[in-house]
Amino acid sequence: MAYVPLADQELELHHPHSWVTKYVWSQDHKVIAIQYGGTAIAVGLVALVLSLFMRMQLGFPETFDLIDPNSYYQSVTMHGMIMVIYLLTALFLGGFGNYLIPLMCGARDMVFPFMNMLSYWVYLVSVIILLASFFVSGGPTGAGWTLYPPQTSMAGTPGHDMGIVLMLVSLAVFIVAFTMGGLNYVVTVLQYRCRGLTMMRLPLAVWGIFVATVLGLFAFPALLVAAIMMLFDTLIGTSFFMPAVIESGAALDYDGGSPILFQHLFWFFGHPEVYIVALPAFGLVSDVLSTHARKNIFGYRMMVWAIIAIGLLSFIVWAHHMYVSGMHPYFGFFFATTTLIIAVPTALKVYNWVLTLWEGDIRMNAPMYFAIGFIFTFIHGGLTGLFLGNVVIDLPLSDTYFVVAHFHMVMGVSPILVLFAALYHWFPKMSGRMYHEGMAKLHFWCTFLGTYAIYLPMHYLGIHGVPRRYYALGTTEFMAPATQDANTAITIAALFVGASQLLFFINVIWSLRYGEKSGPNPWGANSLEWQTPDTPPIHGNWGDSLPTVYRWAYDYSVPGAHEDFIPQNTPESEEPTVDEEHFDPDHDVSKADL
Amino acid sequence: MKSLKHLAHKPWEKKGIIGGLKPEGVFDTAAEKVALGFFLVVATVLFSLFTVSYFIRMELPDWRPLAEPAQLWLNTGLLVLSSALFQLARNKVKRGESRNVFTLYLAGGVFAFLFIGGQLMVWGGLQEAGVYLTPNPAASFYYLLTGVHAVHLLGGLWVWSKTSIRLLSGSEPKDVRLSIELCTLYWHFLLVVWLVMFAILSNT
Repeated sequence: MAYVPLADQELELHHPHSWVTKYVWSQDHKVIAIQYGGTAIAVGLVALVLSLFMRMQLGFPETFDLIDPNSYYQSVTMHGMIMVIYLLTALFLGGFGNYLIPLMCGARDMVFPFMNMLSYWVYLVSVIILLASFFVSGGPTGAGWTLYPPQTSMAGTPGHDMGIVLMLVSLAVFIVAFTMGGLNYVVTVLQYRCRGLTMMRLPLAVWGIFVATVLGLFAFPALLVAAIMMLFDTLIGTSFFMPAVIESGAALDYDGGSPILFQHLFWFFGHPEVYIVALPAFGLVSDVLSTHARKNIFGYRMMVWAIIAIGLLSFIVWAHHMYVSGMHPYFGFFFATTTLIIAVPTALKVYNWVLTLWEGDIRMNAPMYFAIGFIFTFIHGGLTGLFLGNVVIDLPLSDTYFVVAHFHMVMGVSPILVLFAALYHWFPKMSGRMYHEGMAKLHFWCTFLGTYAIYLPMHYLGIHGVPRRYYALGTTEFMAPATQDANTAITIAALFVGASQLLFFINVIWSLRYGEKSGPNPWGANSLEWQTPDTPPIHGNWGDSLPTVYRWAYDYSVPGAHEDFIPQNTPESEEPTVDEEHFDPDHDVSKADL
Repeated sequence: MKSLKHLAHKPWEKKGIIGGLKPEGVFDTAAEKVALGFFLVVATVLFSLFTVSYFIRMELPDWRPLAEPAQLWLNTGLLVLSSALFQLARNKVKRGESRNVFTLYLAGGVFAFLFIGGQLMVWGGLQEAGVYLTPNPAASFYYLLTGVHAVHLLGGLWVWSKTSIRLLSGSEPKDVRLSIELCTLYWHFLLVVWLVMFAILSNT
């Protein structure tokens, strides 16, 4: 390991002199994190409302007049894109990445604070461009979140003129923002860790965010390439993706483009994107589970290796999203195999989370509820992924509600549960106050049971062959009469879950004002962010001198120790000695790593 | 391989300080260089994906190969010269010399501008010959690839202009050594990208 002179004084901090530079044009990673988080949640609420419009239509067709077929497809598209990119990616990496990386690494700030600030403002521009498409002629694009050509540019698709252009421009701008932020996160983790903090002493939250950012840096260019070429097709009339096509009886000017090429580019980005969202969730939930189970994370090294292995494998599974597009059987065989292989490190992580809980001194508070809930939904969504990873099962199920149920369990509900676990877990550090525990637990049960009420029946609908993407199902012979009843029940559950999210916002607002003072380390956690001299941490994080790290982040319930946690910055000399009389080596949980 | 070895560490076994008296980075170099290194990988992925798309699209029947103008050789020469001048400036500043560093650095950027001017002339020539962005996909790709390359070069020139202004306003070359080194690396990268691109465009 090389030593770089990153003396405490070398990172010049940009000290704010006014309210504007402190809270608006701020270069403080914590303020930027909250800006990212606030914007992501705000735009996520737009996507949530869109999904409720869709559910109202599906659950009560011909009852409400909220949306027509065109706006249904526009809602599908905008809901998907906003949730995946503008909410989840931005909140996990821009929000939690920004907040936690410098604190967990014992740094004063990100390595390039100005570029970090720029990253947020460019992200905001991308969100504004995206939302602007609601207000242009023709409205936003309704091509589906995958934006497959040629339908994106066909007159029958809503938003085929300005809507799609704004979507593509917004994506390109988002990628610029992400690249600026991503370089910051990666370099900060690699180069700006405090003294004694080796890579293998980093909390898994940092590992998850770090590897996900590397994935993002290498995967987003594929989306950028696709977006640029599609913009050329849409605006200038090139035929990169657009094939020769007849519209309303007249041949368009396009000739010979390859829609399949777009699909390859899109999914070369799209599949790593799943892990750009999942890996930070894996990391954050590991820390939440370990802290509230008062036990070291089971198999730390394996967890790190699994994160890296999943990251690498995620680049060679993309075509499993394209089985129905047609491909050589060997090609399908290859991608089915890699898809099943990626289940191995993923399953390993699940086993390790469960084994972390095993014989732990579990504290059942709200973050733990959400973290354990995540294990359920993730196993559920992961297992249906194994079904769909096989070509022969995917083909009949691909266009049904089974897929909707699968990816919402694995990529919607699971990361969202981790987000809430993390938000409740780190809320005391961010605000200096405790949230309302009862309200948070009620929020959990409403969300957890509610989302199961939504997505469990969808699996059955899918297996019955109920197609997705339909504005109205109508009456057909192959669908059981109960299909509509199930859809109605799902809609009621969706409205309930949507409304119950208000509990979170009420809790946050109430707690910011009336919440009990949390103190610096209410959970008795080991990682560095809980050891800051001020709570919430002030600009520069660490007062006069940076911390020094003497141990990993998971010294919980060390036998013989006076307390059930030893923070990372506790020197050996201050470590309590083992009480020989009461120490039973057979129950030494601190050596549980196998 | 060293990094891989670190991944085998068992952090629960060893307590106490690992490493020296100061914070440690994985790479023994400035953070800016690490960031540029990552950015170059990102840009490599970007250009590689354009290239893969080019080869896939080339297989389709409406592709009509383009005869690249001879001026591209001249443009290539300009970019090689630009890159070489940056290298000379970097060598000098690394040896601690300050004489002619500014001139070399300035000339490197000027030749890059000339390269972009040359590329624009080629675009103009193609348009005069009736080769537009549409309908021939080979032409679409030509404009797209050279355009994306030029945009990257313009990004580099923005950094170059900032450093040049600092040098013009009296900064010593040693004060901007890092910027000069980063620009040099970036220019070499863009030269390699151009050479690969030129080879592909000329042979397909």
